[in-house]
Amino acid sequence: MASNTNSISVHSTANVARQRVAVSHGALAFWHTMIGKKVIMAVTGVVLVGFVVAHMLGNLKIFSGPDEINAYSRFLREVGSPELAYGQLLWIVRTVLLICVALHITAAVQLSRMSWAARPVKYDVKRNVETTFAARMMRWGGVLVVAFIIFHLLHLTLGAIGFRPGQFTHLAVYLNVTAAFKVWPVALFYIVAMGALCLHLDHGIWSMLQTLGWNTARNEKQLKIASRAIAVVVFLGFSSVPVSVWAGWLH
Amino acid sequence: MTFTLKVWRQHSADEPGRFVSYQVKNVTPDMSFLEMLDALNEDLISRQEPPVAFEHDCREGICGSCGFLINGVAHGGQRGTTVCQLAMRFFKNGDALTLEPWRARAFPVIRDLIVNRSAFDRIIQAGGFISAPTGTAPAANAILVPKEDADTAFDAAACIGCGACVAACPNASAMLFTSAKITHLNSLPQGQPQRDQRTLSMVAEMRNELFGSCTNHGECEAVCPKRIPLEFIGKMNRDLMRAAWHWHREPLVIPSLVQLPSAEDSHEQFHEEVRIHEEDQAHVEAESPEPAATRR
Ligand code: HEM
Ligand code: SF4
Ligand code: FES
Repeated sequence: MASNTNSISVHSTANVARQRVAVSHGALAFWHTMIGKKVIMAVTGVVLVGFVVAHMLGNLKIFSGPDEINAYSRFLREVGSPELAYGQLLWIVRTVLLICVALHITAAVQLSRMSWAARPVKYDVKRNVETTFAARMMRWGGVLVVAFIIFHLLHLTLGAIGFRPGQFTHLAVYLNVTAAFKVWPVALFYIVAMGALCLHLDHGIWSMLQTLGWNTARNEKQLKIASRAIAVVVFLGFSSVPVSVWAGWLH
Repeated sequence: MTFTLKVWRQHSADEPGRFVSYQVKNVTPDMSFLEMLDALNEDLISRQEPPVAFEHDCREGICGSCGFLINGVAHGGQRGTTVCQLAMRFFKNGDALTLEPWRARAFPVIRDLIVNRSAFDRIIQAGGFISAPTGTAPAANAILVPKEDADTAFDAAACIGCGACVAACPNASAMLFTSAKITHLNSLPQGQPQRDQRTLSMVAEMRNELFGSCTNHGECEAVCPKRIPLEFIGKMNRDLMRAAWHWHREPLVIPSLVQLPSAEDSHEQFHEEVRIHEEDQAHVEAESPEPAATRR
């Protein structure tokens, strides 16, 4: 048995070379730890959720008619004038969002790789007793959400795909949207992607509260309900537009 | 009662393992799970077969030695209970039970159901202590501890280091264990002087031991025999933020850094490194008069 123990300790400890390193900058040390990356995911997650909710509320203006939604589109570009030039604030917001998305995804990919490497031999039988479908879908749902974001920017922001030549007009939001969702596969893809976003937020919003230390044994239930409520409202708010166009309530 | 067990048999860390089925008869409902395995082992020994190796010590749920998965659930599935405290009446007569060791890169199998959990010891060594003069005992109440803090520290100190949290976690993350150890000391006045360095060191060590990263599934909390709450993970995260934002006269030291592990390098490279290490060991042993240290 003694010789056995010997070979074991070699096994458990030989896998990494170590060196003593002092990281002089607190922020770098923070990013180096797994928890630091996760906190970054949570903080960027807050910004992204804030954007998502605001975007969803903005979209609902389409139900007030073409003038309202088109005016809102112009407002987003003119707000802050004369101190800010046309579209300047919009570009600031876009830059912040891009940085957040980049940090969020970088951390997600790095942490996922660490987790996959942490269990090289899988269980023959494993039964989960607590986790949810939403929690298990975070990684692949996140990938679907990004695929959607890329499609969406090329589609309704740039008009580069999904339109016949000349059909897309910059700032003519109402016309663009109603034309876009008359194509049913596009409307369906938007709704499926919003379902993925809903799942991501269902776990994500609560997860962010837990990561940042707001979750306690006593308020856990309420926080989970609130997280799900926001996720469902976001889903219904976004999906209402393609559904309404498709059903012919907006034309 | 009679049970059909499918048990993971692996002779040593280097050999491949496999499942072997056994019948256990004459089990009484008030036997503990480990007593049932004792009966199986007596039977195996009488047939000149190697007994199933499993770890145990106190058999009263306080030492943290025991633990394996029963039908995919760490410690068997009775909330707040170690396998040594799990009575066979929890199962139905005739049940088929699969017994599997904790599986994580940081916990290599030693034999059958026993894994090496020294990675946990090294997380503790990284900062799970208080440096204090150990002369005469201080006067009682020389340091006042608020009741709330004492209760929190006590709840956290209940962790017995069994490793079920890592085993149950879909990411093989050691956050619940580490958060319990950090919360225990960081809640108390005696733990304050080294608080930031402790948090950073233990958190960094968790990564160096190649545990995975938490995604808040909550599986750990559900199987923890000491019911350590997820709340402590949030506390640990807060403490890490504190350590990073606080001004320090000298930079905090991270015990060690390793490059990012990835899924591809996990297996072949692991064995390659073991081989190289073993060669190095042989080298050291040949050169130095003292026996080579087996730890890094
Ligand atoms: C490729 C794109 C994305 C990927 C791969 C991704 C992946 C992930 C993963 C793996 C987590 C951690 C899960 C957990 O800790 O439970 C997470 C958390 C989160 N995600 Fe994403 N995500 C993506 C995009 C987004 C977007 C667009 C939003 C905002 C609408 C978002 C909001 C959140 C929030 C709020 C969290 C919680 C942070 C935390 O756990 O503390 N994610 N994401
Ligand atoms: S936190 Fe619970 S499950 Fe994890 S090692 Fe401690 S007692 Fe075991
Ligand atoms: S043998 Fe001590 S906790 Fe089970």
